[in-house]
Amino acid sequence: MAPALVWLTALMVVPCALVLALAFFRRGIYGGIDYTFTLENFGLVFDPLYAGIFLKSARIAGTATLIAVVIGYAAAYAISAAPRRWQPVFLFFAVLPFWSNYLIRTYAWIVLLNREGLITQLLRWLGYTGEPPSMLYTEGAVIAGLVYNYLPFVILACYAPLSRLNPELAEASRDLGASAATTFRRVILPLTVPGIAAGAVFVFVLSIGNFVTPALLGGGRFQMIGNLVYDQFLTANDWPFGAALAMALIAIMLLVLMVQALAADRASGRAAQTKGDADG
Amino acid sequence: MSEPRTLLAIDHVSKNFGRVTAVDGISLDIRENEFFALLGPSGCGKTTLLRMLAGFEMPSDGRILLDGKDIARTPPNKRPVNLMFQSYALFPHMSVRANVSYGLEMERLPAKEIRSRVDAILATTELVPFADRKPEQLSGGQKQRVALARALVKRPRLLLLDEPLGALDKKLRGAMQLELKRLQHEVGITFVIVTHDQEESLVMADRMAVLKDGRLLQCDTPHAIYEHPADRFVADFIGVMNFIPGKASADGVVAANGARIAGKVPAALTPGASAVASVRPERIRLFPSAETANRTTGTVEALAYHGLDLQLHVRTPLSPKPFLVRVTADAADRRPVASGDQVELGWDAADVRIFAE
Ligand SMILES: Nc1ncnc2c1ncn2[C@@H]1O[C@H](COP(=O)(O)OP(=O)(O)OP(=O)(O)O)[C@@H](O)[C@H]1O
Ligand SMILES: [Mg+2]
Repeated sequence: MAPALVWLTALMVVPCALVLALAFFRRGIYGGIDYTFTLENFGLVFDPLYAGIFLKSARIAGTATLIAVVIGYAAAYAISAAPRRWQPVFLFFAVLPFWSNYLIRTYAWIVLLNREGLITQLLRWLGYTGEPPSMLYTEGAVIAGLVYNYLPFVILACYAPLSRLNPELAEASRDLGASAATTFRRVILPLTVPGIAAGAVFVFVLSIGNFVTPALLGGGRFQMIGNLVYDQFLTANDWPFGAALAMALIAIMLLVLMVQALAADRASGRAAQTKGDADG
Repeated sequence: MSEPRTLLAIDHVSKNFGRVTAVDGISLDIRENEFFALLGPSGCGKTTLLRMLAGFEMPSDGRILLDGKDIARTPPNKRPVNLMFQSYALFPHMSVRANVSYGLEMERLPAKEIRSRVDAILATTELVPFADRKPEQLSGGQKQRVALARALVKRPRLLLLDEPLGALDKKLRGAMQLELKRLQHEVGITFVIVTHDQEESLVMADRMAVLKDGRLLQCDTPHAIYEHPADRFVADFIGVMNFIPGKASADGVVAANGARIAGKVPAALTPGASAVASVRPERIRLFPSAETANRTTGTVEALAYHGLDLQLHVRTPLSPKPFLVRVTADAADRRPVASGDQVELGWDAADVRIFAE
């Protein structure tokens, strides 16, 4: 317990507190920090220009989350339906890309989506002669990159409850007259929602703060909050504003995590509470 | 009384899983409104047969006729057959009421009718106080009743029950056996129950089938199977039996020590062939009269009171295993025996069953 606390304090609490403190000072004229108290930085976060970037980041992260959850759940479902002894093998392959470097995986997408990249070449080979499609440096490319990078998390998160599901529940549903689709909607899906929620929160939180993928696949001018923070610290040299942006981002992430934790807690808490009633 | 109508005909049904033959050419008729038991040792194919009736497995061979129509290929949600699962398979995220309503919602019945039918079945199964609970808040016996209510509320032609009492303790089992029988009578639905507990099937079933290694050994009333087992395996599996190994003769079996056991020899058994004579513990008398056909002496090795009767283990020269003898408490009081006593045992030729070894 104690070493963990020291670790957490040194690596999480202290840096966060420092960044938080920074956000309350002014930017110095030559880029340094002027140690006079102000709330301006937080006001600036709500400036339409920056609020817009927050919204755009949330939209991109949300879209990536939705796509990752649909694909990831389908993949997890297929794996859990495979013969038992093959499941670890399929899982291994599903998670395999995850073992390579994040940057390399993202560069691979550049090779794919480039104007003269693999996809264009494939189209040419199929007889397409027009302008090469512009795929790289678009919002779509960023979303594809995010989905691809975080998909393994969703697969793992959804596989856990799916593989634990008693197959007789689905059979009981069929036996009682439900079609396969109704069985999925009313029995399988509700019982695996915790996995979906965990996977979704994971993708969303990691996507909304991501700056590598938008920088590489979205091109120089494409900005998400992560890029904005990066710029403030390393290019604009406005550390206090960068800190305020970072704090706003952390606040959003914490909010999402808290909502999920509360929902999960309420689900299990309700069960425990009624169980108590039953025993009493 | 008119001839009972056949509801379900299982016609030469087989099921292979790869190289394993789980069910091997079984033919059975199940009659309207009967309580039918499938009995057999673990792995004999009971669950597989039941799953074919419910529609979860397709027979590799043979036909399953419900009211004369072949349903072997009908999906489970289109059969007027319901299965009560060995694990109950209650939906953990739904209340008792929602679990029970589910099947009727699938039939798209009006909400009012669903409500009244669910209320009625909850009352019959004494689940009204638990209607709003989740399955995890129920005891084993209550869960079992929910599973039963959920299947019964659909008013199936045929209700299949896979070891419905397996998870219950002995005392509750006894109560639930009677309860199931009462319910079956009340709702007038044909029940096919799977069990590997021979006592359970004797108590509950109108008729029963004994399976082994995927094959049907015997199908009859519990009484007929108990009194006239088809072969040595059935004789051993159903109830308790004392076996005397030996060789068949014209009028009985000659035991290893040369003693002659009188009894009716089946026609298929040629004199001199290996055979066993057998007799039920309750058919053996202590200190029999002189004219009793089969008699032997033995030493009491152990005795145990079972309330109504006294069970003796008696070592005899007839067989390597001690005889099990059941004496009524009354008889035991009249002529007390103790461990180590020499006793005389006797039984009638009519109570002897002889099988090929
Ligand atoms: N899906 C399957 N794949 C392969 N073999 C199977 C499958 N289902 C059952 N079997 C085999 O078929 C045989 C019969 O199994 P089944 O489950 O029907 O037995 P049972 O009589 O219900 O046994 P128990 O009393 O233990 O429940 C067994 O040898 C079993 O291993
Ligand atoms: Mg079974």
